[in-house]
Parts: sequence; C-alpha cells; structure tokens
Amino acid sequence: MLRFIVRRLLQLIPTLGGLSILLFVWLQRLPGGPEYALLPDDATAEQRAALRRSLGLEEPVAVQYLAFLRRITQGDLGTSIQTGRPVLEEFLLRFPATFELAVTAMLIAVTAGLPLGYLAARRRGTVLDFAAVGGSLLGICTPVFFLAFILKVIFAERLGVFPSAFRLSPGLSRTDITGFVVLDGLMTREWDVVTDALAHLVLPGLALASIPLAVITRMTRASVLEVMGEDYVRTANAKGLHRTTVRTRHVLRNALLPVVTAVGLLAGSLFAGAVLTESVFAFPGIGSFVYEATQNRDYPVLTGFILLIATMYVFINLLVDISYSLLDPRVRAQ
Amino acid sequence: MPTTPSTNPSQVPLHQRRAAKVDRLAELMGERGDEGHGAGVWREALQRMRRSPMAITGAAIVALFVVVALLSEFIAPYGATSQTWGGEVFPNRNEFVGPRAENWLGLDHLGRDMFSRMVIGARQTLLVGVVATLVGFLFGALLGGAAGACSVLGGRWGRQVDNVVMRVIDMMLAMPTLLLAVTVAALVGPSLTTVMVAVGVAQIPIFARLLRGAMISQGSREYVLAAEALGVRRHRIALTHILPNSMGPVIVQSTLTLATAIIDAAALSYLGLGNPDASSPEWGTMLSEAQRFLSSAPSLAVYPALGIIITALGFTLLGEALREALDPKLRK
Repeated sequence: MLRFIVRRLLQLIPTLGGLSILLFVWLQRLPGGPEYALLPDDATAEQRAALRRSLGLEEPVAVQYLAFLRRITQGDLGTSIQTGRPVLEEFLLRFPATFELAVTAMLIAVTAGLPLGYLAARRRGTVLDFAAVGGSLLGICTPVFFLAFILKVIFAERLGVFPSAFRLSPGLSRTDITGFVVLDGLMTREWDVVTDALAHLVLPGLALASIPLAVITRMTRASVLEVMGEDYVRTANAKGLHRTTVRTRHVLRNALLPVVTAVGLLAGSLFAGAVLTESVFAFPGIGSFVYEATQNRDYPVLTGFILLIATMYVFINLLVDISYSLLDPRVRAQ
Repeated sequence: MPTTPSTNPSQVPLHQRRAAKVDRLAELMGERGDEGHGAGVWREALQRMRRSPMAITGAAIVALFVVVALLSEFIAPYGATSQTWGGEVFPNRNEFVGPRAENWLGLDHLGRDMFSRMVIGARQTLLVGVVATLVGFLFGALLGGAAGACSVLGGRWGRQVDNVVMRVIDMMLAMPTLLLAVTVAALVGPSLTTVMVAVGVAQIPIFARLLRGAMISQGSREYVLAAEALGVRRHRIALTHILPNSMGPVIVQSTLTLATAIIDAAALSYLGLGNPDASSPEWGTMLSEAQRFLSSAPSLAVYPALGIIITALGFTLLGEALREALDPKLRK
C-alpha cells in the first residue's frame, strides 16, 4: 500500500512540473508586462528598461523560470492588482467561505444523488426513474449562473425564505476563531450564527450542487443497474441470502466504486464552479474574488487560482486512486 | 466481394498483395461478408436509434435548431439591432413590452424585437457550438490518435511517446474548463472567436483521452495481430484498421460536446468574455445582458435560457441515445 502511494506521489512530479512551465509561458506571453503596471504612463523607455533589468526580466528564460519556480514553491503567487496584497493571503482569507459552500454542495449532491440514483435503478421504468433521469439531464443542461439567478429571484426576492447574499446577515456579532463561520458558531455555541450561516448556504449550495447532483444520480443509477445484472448477484439471491444483505454487500458495495471516482473529481470542479455561483450571491469566497479578477484582468490572481485548482485536482486524483485501491484490491496489484 | 488476387501475383506490388490478404482475412472473420465490420455496427446503431424515443426527441430538437439557425434571415421578421420600438421600453422605470401581435416574444431592454434576436441568435449559438467542438475534436483526435497509435504499434519507444503526450493531456485536464477558457480569452480579448477557441481548447484533453483509450483497447484485438503478422505497414494499420474502429466513443462525445460547448459559451459570456458586438446576438450574451432585469422582466432572460437548455438537451439526448445504440453490451 505504501509503495503504491509513494509511486503515485512520484508520478505527480512531472505533471506539476509541466504545469508550472505552462503557467510560466502563459505569464510571459501576457500583454503589458510589469513595467507598464508598476510605472506611470509617462515613464520613458529607459526607465522601463531599467525596471525590467532590476526585476530580472532580462535574464535568460531558464533562469527566470527557476526564479518563478522558487517563488511559487515558497507560496509566493504574486500580488493582486485589485487589492495590492499577496494573492495567497487573499486566497487564504476567503478559503473558509468557499470550503463551506463546496462542502454544502457536495453534501446535498451526495445525500440526494445516491438514494435517488439507487431508487431509480431499482424501480427502472417507473415514474421515479423517468423523473430522476430527466431531472439530471435538465440539471446538466442548465447554465449554473442562470439557475443561481432563478433561485435567488424566487426564494430570496419573491418568497423571502432564504437570504440572497453574503455569508451572514449584517449586524450579527460572532466570535472569529477559524474563519469557518459554521464551525466557529458550533464551537462558541452561538446558535443564531449557525442557523444564519446555514440559511445563507442553502441557495448557493443548491445552485452549486446542481451539476454534481445530476452526475452522481446518473452514475449511481447506471452503476447499480449494471451490478444488479451480474451473475454473483443472482447467485447471492439464489442461495437465499437476505434481500438487504444482497443489496448492501453485493450490489451497493460494487456499484459505488465508479461513483467514488466521480465524487472525487467533482469535488475538485466545485471550486471552479464556485466562480459563477458565488458571484451571483455575492458570497465572499474565492469564487467571487476570481470573478472580479476576470472582470479587472487581475492576472496574478487568475494564475494563482489556476495553480491552486490544478494542484488540488492532482491531489484529489491521488486521493481517489488511494481510496479506490482500498476498495478494490485488484487496483493495488497492477 | 474481395478483390480477386491477380493471375500473376509477382506483378502486383507487395503491399497491395498484403492488403488484399488482410481484407480477405477480415472478411472471413466478419459475420456479414461484403459489408465490412464498421458499416454493420453503424447501421445496427441507426436501426436501434430509430426505435428509441430519446433519440427521436433529441434529433427533432437538433433538426429544428439547425433549420432555424441556417434560415434565420428568412425567419426573423426584423433585424437584430433595429430599435424601432425604442420609445416604448423604459428599463429604469421597469416598463417593458411583453408578447403582442407584431412582436411575438415582446421587446428587449433597448426596444429590439425579442423573437428576431432569438432566431438570429440561434445561428451564432450553433456556430459557437460547432466551431468549438471542431477545435476540440480535431486537435484532441490528433493528439490522442498519435498517442494511441504510438502506444499500440510503436513498441517501447512508442510507449514513451504516448507517456509524454498523456502527461501533457493530464496537465490540461487538471485545468478547469472554465479557467482554461478565461485564460485564452484574457490573452486574445473578448470576442466570439475567443469564446469558440477557448471552449474548444478546453475540450481537447477529453477527446484525446477517449480516442487513445479506444485505440489501445482495439490494439489488442485479433485483427490487429493478424494485420501485423501479415506485415502490413504500421501507419496503415493505425489509419485504416484501428482508427475507424475507435471512432465510436469520439463521435458520441462530439454530440455531447455540442451541448456543453453551448453552455460553457454562455458562462463565458456571463464572465464578460463573450462577443461585445450587439449586431450578432448570441444566446449566452443575451442571457447575461438580461440578468440585470431578471426581477422586473424575467422573460428577457428566460427566452435565451430556454433556448440554451432545450438545445443542449437535444444534443445530449441524441448523444446519449447514440452511446446506448453503440454499446456492445446492449446489442442484440
């Protein structure tokens, strides 16, 4: 097992290395280098050249790349043009909000998608099956930001059931310990903060959950259907095992393998999806920040975000592989 | 029937004789003689699709969309930019004009005919979908096909090449689709071309992985072994034997990609990277423009959104039906 993990970790090195090269090349190609961003418009060509030299931009490309690599491995992703503060600091400040949102969305998607997909497979051809399949198709085909707007207009503006923006109602006092609002509220027993924060998570969570929910429902359904047709399920039924035993031990356990992979990969995509959802609900997380960065062409923030997402994706992939090998011994042997 | 070997074999070039042999071998292996394996699979799939309500619904939606897009000039009663009724709409005072006899879907926030804009927008939307899918398909198939062919036929050296190409593809996969698109758009500036290229580039790794996977699984089939044993050139095996048999999943994916491309393009327009030119409206741009009036005039956003959803649904249904029809497990 340990050898498997170490081998997979070693395989990450070329991927991450190549990714850093891609990002570096992209940064080099950007129009208007720092000599335009840092100096006033009326600066002379000599001044710009001097600044380029002092920033090391006249060095050979290889040297520049190594310097870039040193900076990003030390966590220096540059400075945000919008706020003038280090990008990493801005991300860390907003990370708890996005993390809470992503966890909410994943919880909604998994707790609704797994049973729905399972029931749809068990009652294949019924109204429930049709609704589950049709609903998930619709979920995949609806633009996330439009769904977010619709939810906001109906449930926040028309019905007023849920708040329409931010993480907490303004004016609510709370003790900040970790930056995770719900967790802090639970730790300090400020129940009004917990309920308020949860109410703020419902609508953006639903919008963000739409695509994972659809994918999980469909995958679970397809996977359960496939496993139910397997010989070993018929054998288990034939030898008189209890229905529940067959369904949990034989069907579900095997059917959930591909779903685990999907859940892992979807978790990574949630952070990217948050860009659209958070901006609609003015949710103060990384997504809103990146949305503003796309509006203002804040390149350091964008590159930082790509690096963050890509690294996360690569590590989530690793976790998926590891959990897969725990669930399925055949993978380890390869 | 097979090409009968020449009466004097020594006069026919060696590779032609080999090819003829392989053709005969493939024929002997195939269940139906002169039809060839590939044609049979596709014909069977088509027959199954004709019986599937999912496929028929999808095909009907797609056909309607394509017809409207192609004939938009003749269908749209007014121009996309003509603000004939500009004096009747006041977004500031929440005064909008709903559906009426001369404007079937009402007017937008600048007093332009909504129906005409939807019809003309269909063409732009189709263009975005098709071009983006083509970009992803062509480059993805090139990369994946090369990697797959190298892996199957190139021996140890080929597997190295495959490994390198796949690492690059993995890196591209690690970048979120939307962000990849944003970076392309950031480099080139907002325009329709940007959206098409950006969405297409983001699809390259998916196509590449699919084709490579299909080619590798075809590579272990007996017919490839037979062709190799007969000494058929490797590029010929790759191009005329493995490739045609590996195209199924890629074609299914293209249909599905048409749907995602349209949705992704809408998201890019929402991020402000879409086409700023109002004379050629695109549903994504119309949708993001209409968001501002969502609480006072929801129909302005609902029409383009419905357009996107229904079209995407059509392509998805068609793609899924095709996938099911081609699935060997469901055959017979």
